[in-house]
Amino acid sequence: MNRTTMTKALVAACALALSGSVFAQDVLIRHAKVHTATSRGTLDNADVLVRNGRISAVGTGLAAGNAAVVEANGRELTPALFGGITDIGLEEVSGEKTTVDSSQSLGAETHEMAVHPEFDVTLAFNPASVLIPVARVEGLGWTMLSAGPTEGGSIIGGQGGVVRLDGSMDPVGPRALFVSIGSGAASMTGNSRAAQWMVLDQLVDEARGRISPDSKFALLTPAGRKSFAQFLDRRGLMVFNVNRASDIVQLLRWSKRQNVRVAVAGGAEAWEVADQLAAAKVPVFVDTLADLPQDFDQIGATLENAARLRTAGVPVGILGAGSHHARKVRQMAGIAVANGLPWEDGLASLTRVPAEAFGVANDFGTIAPGQRADLVLWDGDPLDVTSLAQQVWLGGQAVPMRSRQTELRDRYMHAPNGLPRAYPAGSE
Amino acid sequence: MIKPIAAAVAAVLLVGCATGQVKDEKGASTTTTKPSWLDDPYPSTYQRVPSPPVLITGATVLTGTGTRLDNADVLLQDGKIVAVGTGLEAPAGATRVDAHGKWVTPGIIDIHSHLGVYPSPGMSAHSDGNEATAPVTPNVWAEHSIWPQDPGFLTALAGGITSLQVLPGSANLIGGRGVTLKNVPSTTYQAMKFPGAPWGLKMACGENPKRVYGNKGGPATRMANVAGYRAAFIEAADYMKKLKKAEGDGKGDGDTKRDLKNDTLAGAINGDIRVHIHCYRADEMTTMLDLAKEFGFKISAFHHGVEAYKIADRLAADGVCGALWADWWGFKMEAFDGIQENIALVDRVPNGCAIVHSDSEEGIQRLNQEAAKAIASAHRAGMDIPPERAIRWLTSNPAKAMGILDMTGTLEPGKMGDVVVWNGNPFTVYAKAEQVYIDGARLYDRNDPSRQPKSDFMLGQRTSTGGVQ
Repeated sequence: MNRTTMTKALVAACALALSGSVFAQDVLIRHAKVHTATSRGTLDNADVLVRNGRISAVGTGLAAGNAAVVEANGRELTPALFGGITDIGLEEVSGEKTTVDSSQSLGAETHEMAVHPEFDVTLAFNPASVLIPVARVEGLGWTMLSAGPTEGGSIIGGQGGVVRLDGSMDPVGPRALFVSIGSGAASMTGNSRAAQWMVLDQLVDEARGRISPDSKFALLTPAGRKSFAQFLDRRGLMVFNVNRASDIVQLLRWSKRQNVRVAVAGGAEAWEVADQLAAAKVPVFVDTLADLPQDFDQIGATLENAARLRTAGVPVGILGAGSHHARKVRQMAGIAVANGLPWEDGLASLTRVPAEAFGVANDFGTIAPGQRADLVLWDGDPLDVTSLAQQVWLGGQAVPMRSRQTELRDRYMHAPNGLPRAYPAGSE
Repeated sequence: MIKPIAAAVAAVLLVGCATGQVKDEKGASTTTTKPSWLDDPYPSTYQRVPSPPVLITGATVLTGTGTRLDNADVLLQDGKIVAVGTGLEAPAGATRVDAHGKWVTPGIIDIHSHLGVYPSPGMSAHSDGNEATAPVTPNVWAEHSIWPQDPGFLTALAGGITSLQVLPGSANLIGGRGVTLKNVPSTTYQAMKFPGAPWGLKMACGENPKRVYGNKGGPATRMANVAGYRAAFIEAADYMKKLKKAEGDGKGDGDTKRDLKNDTLAGAINGDIRVHIHCYRADEMTTMLDLAKEFGFKISAFHHGVEAYKIADRLAADGVCGALWADWWGFKMEAFDGIQENIALVDRVPNGCAIVHSDSEEGIQRLNQEAAKAIASAHRAGMDIPPERAIRWLTSNPAKAMGILDMTGTLEPGKMGDVVVWNGNPFTVYAKAEQVYIDGARLYDRNDPSRQPKSDFMLGQRTSTGGVQ
């Protein structure tokens, strides 16, 4: 393939991917064990009818009409899963700076905090990233892009948003503002976590106009004031990376005082203050693998964190395992289940809970009429490492179960045919 | 294992010896000819925990030799595995463990750990895994960095880990000696040190040394990486020549000042110290195989090897194991070609030696699940791998690469009583190690709080429920 034809092929492939549900075929998935992730729970031997990229009916004995029929033979069907809070499409190779767009460090040379809540990572999202098919073939349909705080930036990482892993470029639903507090972020606030509340209060004052933009103490740009204000008065969601129990309590107090809607990401010690989190209706995105005191903010880490939070009534989501290893979310949910979280809540932690927390639940995250037809048919228990996705549909379209990794596998699985492996298979 | 250039090695064995004085068990002084690189001034003080005999009955047993036995018994006595079979009789005073519906495997072995040298909490004061002040430091020994109170040893124990190799990190071309431990809670590392296990030598390919030393005098390139290994081994060969000459002069080692760097490398050339190389790319692993031939040492295992699947035949032909992750990839350029079938593709070659390793305080807690992922991915690609085969990836294969297979790694009579009782098939996300035996003693029990150890560090913390749960 020469360069021109390769480019043409790429353009064609991209056009196909970006068009998404335009070419979606109507489909009836029949005789599945349907995990709706709604109050209907799991439906044995049920059918799901997909029309025009959306779920049109869920029940038994549905008529196919002109829809293609997929016989599930009792296999398990779930909503396409949440891939966690990641940088998918924002980084190609973590160790290579030129391929990473997930944080800003505009203040790096100045030794001043550069606070930019107007920084919106979704503008950097690359729907052609090879990470996307790698995640997608494992049953992941969407992710929350996070804006990571970094030295030269501030504890305000910036705005992230939900993106779908169907090749579409634009985020869906509202933006979330990412903030980091606790020991890991203390170096960005003069080496004390106490200063983090000082800074956050000041930002609120600026956004509410209580500090003049002309003040020499002002931290925010005009765009930053406007952006930050959009997250006040419970209009937007601020996601706090925080682990220590006392920091979480301070967060709950601050959010009440300043009237801010918050979610917790990480929350290694969240279970210790589960009742307060439940009362404030604050969702927690748990690293269900954390059971070691990785630092002094995580002394109370336990594998039972998710289960204890859920028992107290806290909505529990899965934090995620980063961008390249996003597929590990199923194992993370399974481990939470192995340590006391009910299975249905394990599935909800990868479907309904994150969809509700991030404001996209009207569109996807459950299997119900009207929802986008983002579905996965599994060869076994979707939360077990022994199972894999057999087919993924996004917007009703069956996605190719291929990725750069399956291409590499197939190139090296079979003996070469006389030519070096770099030549297309079947060439003589 | 076949040593490269066997004749040369034999010659070195004869002449590369220093004369040392050791005391035999009766206290009498005897003269031996032990090479200086085998001197251990920090000897193991490991003592097995005494235990009555234990008869585990009615289990599905994966022996680690490739065999599965259903409804079988395992008898442990005096620290050893005495018998594996059906209808075994319990000796007097034996504890009986009803394991119907449960699975029994050899103790899990992690060939690549930094527990103790990069412990939790990960404080700067605890950062003891890389002597990143010079690219060639075969003189340092990881064991001297180990903090035995790392709570990670105990969470690993709860995951069935009975032995592990703690290695220096990968900042250096030649990072130093690694040590093999028995995973018993202890106040000193010497009391964990696996008696009779050979040391490992940690080396590293590729990006890490380049990144660490690129602005600190080099190496800054992969070609300088290789030049660095060659220079070090040339020095070691010269050192061995001097030792040989001193021996020939009848002056013993008196004429040759002991050099800790060359000592360790000489031990590696001599086959006494196992060579473990952090190396991702297929091309670089192949370069290292050539380097090993050039200097007459044997590579025991490539660690991480995300491209091992590209050269699986060559690895098997050279008798080199691949110590691999189930699915890590993409975190740096040399990891970009990682695939989920890597372990299975290394395993399927005749004489292939695949090992599941962790390099992670999280991963070491569930190597069984890493193997389960590899099995599932292999199945998708049309390769069916039964549990009795897969268990070798985390028991006998690492034991072979670490030089301890004659002592542990399988359930065979006479071997150490290192055994895990699982709540069911270990290759699922819901599997849990219920009991973990080390040298016949029940040192972890999920259902018995009296057998759930706790690190000094976790004492007196306001939470009593964190950690091993």
